[in-house]
Amino acid sequence: MSDRTKIILLLLPALSVIGLLFFGGLAIGLMRSFNYMPVIGLTEPNLAAYVAIFSDREFYLSFALTFHIAFTSTVISCVLAVGAALLLRRAFIGRVIINFLFQLNLTVPHLVGAIGILYLFSQSGSFARLAAEWELIARPAEFPALVYDPYAIGIILQYVWKEVPFIGVIILANMQTIGEDYESVARSLGASKWQSFRHVLLPLIAPGLSSASVIVFAFTFGAYEIPALLGANYPAALPVLAYRSYTDVDLASRPEAMAIAILIALLSAAMLCAYIRLSRRGMGR
Amino acid sequence: MSGADGVFTRSFRVITALVLIVWLVLPLIPLGIWSFAKGWFFPDLLPRVWTLDAWEYALSDTAGVMDSLGLTIYISVCATALSILVGVPAGRALGMYRFRGKAAVELAILAPTIVPGIAVALGIHSVFIWLGLANTVNGVILVHLIPTIPYMTLVMAGVFANHDPAFEQQARSLGATPLKTFWYVTLPAILPGIVVGGLFAFLVSWSQYILTLLIGGGRVVTLPLLLFNFATSGRNDIAGAIGMIYILPGVIILCLTARHLSGRSSAVGGYGRL
Repeated sequence: MSDRTKIILLLLPALSVIGLLFFGGLAIGLMRSFNYMPVIGLTEPNLAAYVAIFSDREFYLSFALTFHIAFTSTVISCVLAVGAALLLRRAFIGRVIINFLFQLNLTVPHLVGAIGILYLFSQSGSFARLAAEWELIARPAEFPALVYDPYAIGIILQYVWKEVPFIGVIILANMQTIGEDYESVARSLGASKWQSFRHVLLPLIAPGLSSASVIVFAFTFGAYEIPALLGANYPAALPVLAYRSYTDVDLASRPEAMAIAILIALLSAAMLCAYIRLSRRGMGR
Repeated sequence: MSGADGVFTRSFRVITALVLIVWLVLPLIPLGIWSFAKGWFFPDLLPRVWTLDAWEYALSDTAGVMDSLGLTIYISVCATALSILVGVPAGRALGMYRFRGKAAVELAILAPTIVPGIAVALGIHSVFIWLGLANTVNGVILVHLIPTIPYMTLVMAGVFANHDPAFEQQARSLGATPLKTFWYVTLPAILPGIVVGGLFAFLVSWSQYILTLLIGGGRVVTLPLLLFNFATSGRNDIAGAIGMIYILPGVIILCLTARHLSGRSSAVGGYGRL
């Protein structure tokens, strides 16, 4: 058997499953978003669903909110993860514990973290009770709204909780591969701690950091269950909006749901391109 | 270098470490306490009555939590087994060969790890309705392959990149059939990789929410769906107990595989999706 045939046979099962399910699912979604589905008699594609979405104020609010959630969570997680990795680079008491907790946290599904955040930060949650204990508030309603709130604070807290260990573990491995020699050289040439971090270490970990943050951004932009649990009703995050329109009793809103799904896919495709470019650059180093 | 650190730097480090440790376990604590609480109302810091009611409910035969647990294990085991069958050969092709179009194949396999489930699941659902797969366990297993196969393939590509084909050639030249060569030479060499990749693929399937909700149409109630329902209907005690049960496989798998889990291994990448 020639190598070519062998490679095709080896790849065939994986590519057919992904081709049929993933790309097939995308293609059907795209067709239905244009109201085009010959099998059920829709033979004339149109842009009605997109027109409906783009003329709806809720869509823009929803998009802005989702972007805010993904962007803010990614930036905060990156900053804290780099800090945590710098901390974990040195041997000290507690390093083993934090390392273990990082890994434990990686295995805990987002949904569990979201429920934990709900029980901690809701207006009758643990922190509200502490505030009552210290007589800062008298009634639950006096506690600031940190979940179901318009700024999505609860959602962001949950993502930061989950993603700091994720990015941290990747960056720590990165730092250990790089070693500390470059920074030592910079320091011996008179650079300050900050300068050797900013101009030596940071550029070295940048490829790993950016590809990890692309994964985090795409995930936090497209996840459903966390905003569904911790988010405000209006405006809702885009995935929640898509699910709601899809399960609406009015079947006419299904193409709109598909159109929102396609827009989410487009944005993550852009993220995928960024990821590929960044990881290529990382390998070429 | 660390000898030069002042008292200030060292105490700063210890305090940050403490804050980090507390923050990492904090969200799990109220979940655990709730599972032993009864009527834990504002402003009580701790429950007044501690009971095992929620656990009794969750572990009873009639409540359906155990059925849901069994179903979730079944779905994740099937999805993992299928993704091993499909992912190992694909990983071999990507890890051991250079060929034209490799970048495109890699892109196609990487895409499902970045594109969110909801973006593809709506389209799949309308096809699954025609195929009679919507609202069925088999449909849910199939759709779980979207996140698990790419993951398994990428892990196996890493394993095969370090795999030496010379041993296989020697076995063949000594007269072993391809099947025997695979069974006695290749498989033992790649088995640790399959086990680690499989355990993480299991976790990836275990944590799926929206794919199950959409394709299962609310009829296939896995543990995360049940957990979500109890958490949103205010049954915090039962949600606490289910939450504790739900994180258990992850903890077990972590204990089994901790040493494989450095950020250098491709296994970690899949965690971005849990």
